[in-house]
Amino acid sequence: MANFYTDNPDLKHHLSHPLMEKIVALKERNYTQAEEFDYAPLNFEDAMDNYDKVLEVVGEICGTTIAENAESVDHQGPRVENNRVIYADGTQQNLDACRKAGLMGMSMPRRYGGLNFPITPYIMAADIVSRADTGFENLWGLQDCAETLYEFGNDDQRERYIPRVCAGETMSMDLTEPDAGSDLQSVMLRATEQPDGTWLLNGVKRFITNGDSDIHLVLARSEDGTKDGRGLSMFIYDKRNGGVDVRRIENKMGIKGSPTCELTYKNAKAELCGSRRMGLIKYVMALMNGARLGIAAQSVGVSEIAYREALAYARERRQFGKAIIEFPAVSEMLSVMKAKLDASRTLLYECARFVDMYKVYEDIARERSLNPEERAEMKYYSKLADALTPLAKGLSSEYCNQNAYDSIQIHGGSGFMKDYACERVYRDARITSIYEGTTQLQVVAAIRHVTTGTYNTLIDSYAAREIKPEFKSVKERLEKMTRMYTTAVAKVGETNDQAYTDFMARRLVEMAGDIVMSYLLLDDANRNDSFTASLNVYVNLAESEICKHADFIAKVTPADMAFYQKA
Amino acid sequence: MSLNIIVLAKQVPDTRNVGKDAMKEDGTINRAVLPAIFNPEDLNALEQALRLKDANPGSTVTLLTMGLPRAAEIIREAIYRGADTGIVLTDRVLGGADTLATSYSLAQAVKKIGNYDIILGGRQAIDGDTAQVGPQIAEKLGLPQVTYAEEILDLSNGHVTVKRRLEHGIETVKAPLPCVVTVNGSAAECRPRNAKRLMKYKYAVSPSETAKLTDEQKAFVEARPYLQLKEWGAAFVEADPQQIGMPGSPTKVKNVENVVFTAKESLRLDNNDEQIENLIKELITNHTIG
Repeated sequence: MANFYTDNPDLKHHLSHPLMEKIVALKERNYTQAEEFDYAPLNFEDAMDNYDKVLEVVGEICGTTIAENAESVDHQGPRVENNRVIYADGTQQNLDACRKAGLMGMSMPRRYGGLNFPITPYIMAADIVSRADTGFENLWGLQDCAETLYEFGNDDQRERYIPRVCAGETMSMDLTEPDAGSDLQSVMLRATEQPDGTWLLNGVKRFITNGDSDIHLVLARSEDGTKDGRGLSMFIYDKRNGGVDVRRIENKMGIKGSPTCELTYKNAKAELCGSRRMGLIKYVMALMNGARLGIAAQSVGVSEIAYREALAYARERRQFGKAIIEFPAVSEMLSVMKAKLDASRTLLYECARFVDMYKVYEDIARERSLNPEERAEMKYYSKLADALTPLAKGLSSEYCNQNAYDSIQIHGGSGFMKDYACERVYRDARITSIYEGTTQLQVVAAIRHVTTGTYNTLIDSYAAREIKPEFKSVKERLEKMTRMYTTAVAKVGETNDQAYTDFMARRLVEMAGDIVMSYLLLDDANRNDSFTASLNVYVNLAESEICKHADFIAKVTPADMAFYQKA
Repeated sequence: MSLNIIVLAKQVPDTRNVGKDAMKEDGTINRAVLPAIFNPEDLNALEQALRLKDANPGSTVTLLTMGLPRAAEIIREAIYRGADTGIVLTDRVLGGADTLATSYSLAQAVKKIGNYDIILGGRQAIDGDTAQVGPQIAEKLGLPQVTYAEEILDLSNGHVTVKRRLEHGIETVKAPLPCVVTVNGSAAECRPRNAKRLMKYKYAVSPSETAKLTDEQKAFVEARPYLQLKEWGAAFVEADPQQIGMPGSPTKVKNVENVVFTAKESLRLDNNDEQIENLIKELITNHTIG
């Protein structure tokens, strides 16, 4: 029986990162919950064993039920009947399996029925689910809306809603509207306060993933007459109250099992979550950061399946009397695919650990005040998480698209047919670099960490680590790449030209990402020999990319931008 | 209505993953290389039991297995999926039992459990493929039996209605409780292990396993009755020594021969592991073996 966790030792490598000991001790408040909850861990080893065992269940469900249903779900898809969404049969089976296995509300506190898992093992489950069925990862992964509800809802709301999520009810985040996509400040859905303190929602939302969910977080305009983000608040809509109908679902290119809904709100009763006017500027930003990490995990899962499908085919397919993997043109593609997969995965888990570190302190701060040392650490990791999230989302989604493309290329003509999974993977991959903020918007979020030096600080901390002597020459190359990056950043900065900085932003962000991922792979190879090949392949790729970008930045001046504005 | 449900299960070598080392030279199964698993159709039976429990709150599902002490593994497995507790019937004198002695021993254990409403088990185990143990237990306990069950459609007013999957169609039958139901592999697959139950019960141990623990671990288990699995011997279930193990087994395996198929098509293989593995996989896929 296939198990998508145990068949992939790279996952356990990332799960057993040294920083986990601290994350888990904080998350478990020094293992004080075992008295109250019979499934709480007794110590670090016990907690890690729990994650390992639960991920094995995730891997089993993914390797059997979810992966086996992926093709039929892609063909059948969901449908709308009487304004309600009906999932594909396979999707329903997948959800039932996840509910029965208790894999909903994984990161929620135990007092609400959750498993109290750190983000890192939760994100690992998302990585595994996405490999099995990328579209299903959306439905399952929307459980992280509960994180936002937990952070910003009041006690009463937490008690009423979070246990329902942990018991398996699904969620959605209703943000996008026909005229408010990347620019969420333009949201128009109207929220009107009633004398009893509840609100009525009226209007239309579009492109809402799992829009017929049980519990919705809705961004709506609560302040009449306002036009920007400061007039928006976040609301909780409970499907049991009625008032939101699904008008239609989109006919998409990929992730076809995930229903993308157009919703109409007609006096839909809702309740305010958090404070008025903070909807977009605080809560949705938090929601989006969580969702972006989720898409990074989804992308890594896509890279994994794309690579595995290509590898299996290249070993089996024979031409000119031998397996095609024996041709350098094919084996090189596979090596690069694996290197991109490993690079994006190591960045994903680094980012997840940083998120864990600051979120756990934020949560402890709800119980007691933090000491100065803890506060400093929270701030440090919060900034790093903020810097790595757009990098992970942006770069891993681009890599998974490249891997999906190469996977088809290795399949040749067969890959163009619907007979092989790589065709579905190619279509499923495409959305990852678009939703939850396009790659271009991830660059916008990341560029300030280029200019303010967050990435440099992080890179310096990696460079200070001890490494085995055999990696000395690789490290020297990384130091050279860092100098090229620093020179390029300085050159762009010296122009004091915002338009020029925007023009070069993607290149600078990619350079930072290439160096960060190279260092992380160096760390992986230092801990585990199996990453040595990927380290070398990736550094070759990263170095050539950095040279290319450095050359472009050195040669192309602000005046040259005129040539790029005519299109 | 709360029910006392017994599920009969067996830990078996995973004959679905047979490699080239599966048989020893003397023709017996090489258990060392085959992973021990929960007999697949017993998992189907467990799912039917858990559905009855879901529909009848307050019910208990008890897993009963006969085998080596390590069979406690499948009790934990069943508990992770939703069973309440389990008993390993294990004893040196029970070893070497054929289906007659096995069903006698299990029937004695069922009597010891007592007060049951329904007994479920898989149709047959993948290591012996006899499908005899369930029916024989029903006979020994004087209970009605329903075999080849695919789904329990209803359980009410002291009766159970069962859909049976037969060779040429489907039959729906009704039987009075208590009764024995053996479940077909075509029935619903068993639900997955549940994360919380897995974390709660992962330290559940039988007395033989407890004996191997450190003092600290023993104290931990002692303080938590839900972690204590039961282990019963032949004397405890008041089994007649003449009806159990080797003495109670009229079936004697005289000789085991490898079946030689008459050649129709010939296939030339090179003498290497890869080709032999591939051939075995192919034979399993087309049901020639396994």
